[in-house]
Amino acid sequence: MTEPSNAPGPLLSVRNLTVRPGNALPPVVQDLSFDIAPGEMLALVGESGSGKTMAARSVLRLLPAPLRPDAGSSIRLKGAELLTLSDREMCRVRGARIGMVFQEPMVSLNPSMPIGRQMAEALRLHQRLSAAEIRDRSLAMLERIRIKDPAKCLAAWPHEFSGGMRQRIMLASVMLLRPELLIADEPTTALDTLVQRDVLDLMVELTQEQGTGVLLISHDLGMVAKYAPKVVVMQAGRAVEQGESARVLSAPAHAYTRSLIDALPRRSAGGHRDRAEAPPLIRVEGVVIDYPGRERLFRRDAPKRAVHGVDLTIGTGETLALVGASGSGKTTLGRAIVGLVQPSAGAIRFEGHDLLQPGAQTARLRQKMQIVFQDPYSSLDPRQRVDRVVAEPLLLDRGLSAGDRRDRVRQVFEEVGLPWVLAERLPHQLSGGQRQRVAIARAIVRNPAFVVADEPVSALDMTVQKQILRLIRDLQARHGFACLFVSHDLGAVEQVADRVAVMENGRIVEMGARDDIFDRPQHDYTRRLLDAAMLIDRSFGVGAASAAGAGVPA
Amino acid sequence: MLKFLLTRIASAVPTLLIVTAAIFALMRMIPGDPAVLMLGDMAQPGQVEELRQRMGLDQPLPIQFVTWLGKVLSGDFGQSIATGEPVLPLIFERFGVSASVVLIAVVLASVIAVPAGMIAAWRQNSLGDVAIVGTATLMLSVPSFWLGLMLLTVFGLWLGWLPVVGYVSLADDPTAGLLYLIMPVLTLVMVEAGAITRMARASTIEVARLEYITHARAKGLSERAVMWRHAFRNAFAPTWTLIGLILGSLLANIAVTETVFTIPGLGRMLIDGIFARDYPVVQGCMLFIAFIYVAVNLLVDLIYPLLDPRVAA
Amino acid sequence: MSVLGLSLPRLRLNGLLGMGILTTVVLVAILGPVLVSGDPLALDFRARLMGPGPGHPLGGDEFGRDVMMRLIHGARTSIWIAFFTTCFAILSGLVVGILAGFLRGWTDRVLMMFNDALLAFPGLLLALGFMAVFGASRHGIIIALGLAYMPAVVRVVRGTVLSLREREFVEASRVMGNSEAVTMMRHILPNCLAPVTVLATTMFGWVILAESALSFLGLGVPPPEPSWGNMLSTARPYAAQAPHLILLPGLCISITLLGVNMFGDAIRDWLDPKMQG
Repeated sequence: MTEPSNAPGPLLSVRNLTVRPGNALPPVVQDLSFDIAPGEMLALVGESGSGKTMAARSVLRLLPAPLRPDAGSSIRLKGAELLTLSDREMCRVRGARIGMVFQEPMVSLNPSMPIGRQMAEALRLHQRLSAAEIRDRSLAMLERIRIKDPAKCLAAWPHEFSGGMRQRIMLASVMLLRPELLIADEPTTALDTLVQRDVLDLMVELTQEQGTGVLLISHDLGMVAKYAPKVVVMQAGRAVEQGESARVLSAPAHAYTRSLIDALPRRSAGGHRDRAEAPPLIRVEGVVIDYPGRERLFRRDAPKRAVHGVDLTIGTGETLALVGASGSGKTTLGRAIVGLVQPSAGAIRFEGHDLLQPGAQTARLRQKMQIVFQDPYSSLDPRQRVDRVVAEPLLLDRGLSAGDRRDRVRQVFEEVGLPWVLAERLPHQLSGGQRQRVAIARAIVRNPAFVVADEPVSALDMTVQKQILRLIRDLQARHGFACLFVSHDLGAVEQVADRVAVMENGRIVEMGARDDIFDRPQHDYTRRLLDAAMLIDRSFGVGAASAAGAGVPA
Repeated sequence: MLKFLLTRIASAVPTLLIVTAAIFALMRMIPGDPAVLMLGDMAQPGQVEELRQRMGLDQPLPIQFVTWLGKVLSGDFGQSIATGEPVLPLIFERFGVSASVVLIAVVLASVIAVPAGMIAAWRQNSLGDVAIVGTATLMLSVPSFWLGLMLLTVFGLWLGWLPVVGYVSLADDPTAGLLYLIMPVLTLVMVEAGAITRMARASTIEVARLEYITHARAKGLSERAVMWRHAFRNAFAPTWTLIGLILGSLLANIAVTETVFTIPGLGRMLIDGIFARDYPVVQGCMLFIAFIYVAVNLLVDLIYPLLDPRVAA
Repeated sequence: MSVLGLSLPRLRLNGLLGMGILTTVVLVAILGPVLVSGDPLALDFRARLMGPGPGHPLGGDEFGRDVMMRLIHGARTSIWIAFFTTCFAILSGLVVGILAGFLRGWTDRVLMMFNDALLAFPGLLLALGFMAVFGASRHGIIIALGLAYMPAVVRVVRGTVLSLREREFVEASRVMGNSEAVTMMRHILPNCLAPVTVLATTMFGWVILAESALSFLGLGVPPPEPSWGNMLSTARPYAAQAPHLILLPGLCISITLLGVNMFGDAIRDWLDPKMQG
């Protein structure tokens, strides 16, 4: 093992790490080696199933039951082997020398223990401190991470905080012990864009202050490019490429790294001219949507207003992206247009007819609108074969024979790129990307004039996202349906939108042609969103990446 | 918090009202005239008419119900046809007997079964787990009255270690009372421990795969600390509800155990009432048992936020 | 699922064993009286309180009736009652639960108010009340236990319907243009069947237990017709002289329940989406 001579020796050194469930079975991590220098940040990047999380958990020896490292593996912290420590010795390393922050802030704090006790727990365990000292340190830390009322926070329960706050609290409680290494497993994936940025900045601040090394697990190349100087790219359990992030991302040597970089959002053609002059297909006029308040025993809570009087138009064949944070009302508005939510005021006109007036005409027009949901798992009936899923809308056309339906389903399968051999499978037997293709096939099988795509790619892996976005664009070009693309992901929006509407707290704060919004944002909220979105082509430039990709032989 | 308590208490009122009405209606569905039943077949028509008026049976049903409800609320459950005694004091006396058996049994069963279930879950699929789950499933499948009869036959009749028939109150003679309690309590403990073990195991497994358990381990806590400090409270919450349900429903199911061991408890009073066609007693017992059940579940719900602070939010 | 490595084969074994026991009991209940001729009510005074011996493989009871014949007919009684009671509870619970979950609003509130009140009767109490009023009989037990267990089905079905309504595939069906009734029949009802199947298996066990308890108390199957519960009840005074009269019917109940419980566990794991590969 050749160590770099100028460094005092790595903080963490992983060698030939192989992790498998039992002896005979194929490994989930294979032959992984990397070093982290003291105070340095290294990112493990890969898609779901790449083994990055299991590799990170091996360091703390927190692998789920049948998984364990092979005999030849070695993980050293400042030169001391971790894999051969006794359980008791390992407990003294966990928390004290290596801290860990988890992905889901909603489930990684104990719901039945006040924040203060959870923060104090590890301190009491690893350091000999009095109760007063522990309290002082906890308060100081909470103040440091800018929590408004630290004393109150200590007595509060986890469920009283938002996801972003919980993630800060978790970070604080881990950093309180001044660990030498912090493992951060997708620490911001579950958070909104703006909050993501906050939490990451805080993490970098705290770790730099304390000189803590960081092992960052992420699927997000944009984030890695911005924060981590070193990167290891993993695919199917193996490290396919590693080195300086700037080098790896601008001149990827391995084909998989290139495909990951290719999958990054890139601006498509179009979107520079305002397509509002196209004949409007849908007009949303002064739509107000209220959610009924919670039902109490004898009364109802006051209703909550989700959308405050929104106007917008969508032209024939146009893609309008609706962008905003969670809770901004963007999803509610999309669902109202297809009739899943009843607005309390305003009008939604489709080809001039107000869809909020019930009647045969409304029912007929509604069938020209379809929706694709975020989660392709819950949007398909688990008991329906996928060819039946796609054929189901056709049952509404009484004129079609079973043979006609079958022909049409086959045709649509081909259009969305699904092999016909999958037709008799059940949804859970397909991959996430295939399921989303089925959902899209179901939406377009009757040639709708308008499709709402509600975060259609945010549950998918990066490379799959890219394919699905391209598919939506291709289908649109071929069939000319209009699309309302609801998303929090500016990267995805940039790839498909003609126009963009930005929503904040139930109001549209800015609307315009895509290039205008991305290049010349007017509203402060839009600017902050764009600022927080870590679009890689702003850090590296698309040109650099593709030019380098073409130049380096694999 | 206070709001949660008040809302939960208020929500029990309509339930109790319908329960009361249902029992009232059920008793009115008994074929035959209650007045005739009370006086016997030999009664003169005049006497029957007079009693009907006195009992308010000539009034329309809703009025009868309201009058009866008023009496029940003021503690008047009527008189036993067989003995003429007021029903409520009798119920209280018998309830004391049943409650001592049930309470001791449920506490013992929980103390044994909850840790057993959690340990089984923590060592999921180990030999110990298989043994605990197997035993629990077996105990779940054995009817209490048969288990009771077997214990009685073996320890009472064959070995002669324990008294077979009768009951001595703990208050009268603590030693003898305890001897009489051993077998009924053992029967109930064994039967109920099965269900509680399985529940505790299932909810612990559910909790054990949550991220905050891994988080607790990542802090450096020992397995024991992770289990008791972090898993226990969260895993115990659903089991707590089950224990409440068992505690409440045992008062009805204990009739069987009381029959086996000839214990003069509330359940036996109900059954004897049914056989003697002593409807005021039947009505009173049903009402009382249902009330206790609702009250126990209410209490369980009110304590629940201590285990899971999210429900009161 | 390979992660669960150890647990799957064990569950399979458990489930198979449970299914084996259950099938045997059901077969005995259906075919036993046909294959083994003999009258469960015929008296043979020489066999009074006799242990297992020639002519009476499992001995005779307090009137000298053949215990084996009585156990076989008892199986028939138990299975017959458990089957019809479960069907009654499940079907009526499905109807009420779907109605409540589907119509929502006031219908739901009223139905659930009554349902919750029925649920407020603990354990056997409601059944005891019914038996007190209508007297002990086979049909009485089915109605009494059916009504007592229906509310649990209503709860489960309504809960499932309400949660399915929020699922995206149901919304997709609505957006597609399907009517509420079509959505209900095509997407919601089939997805309710998994939890209902699990409940039905568990309930089958509850009913066998409850029926034998009622019969033991003298409020179930009226003698002389044999049921495992009333056999135990009439044998009580003879426990010392003829312990097999206590042992055998209880063993029958316990083994049947063990079969039902093991089979139920297997069904639940099998239908659990988390266990599906």
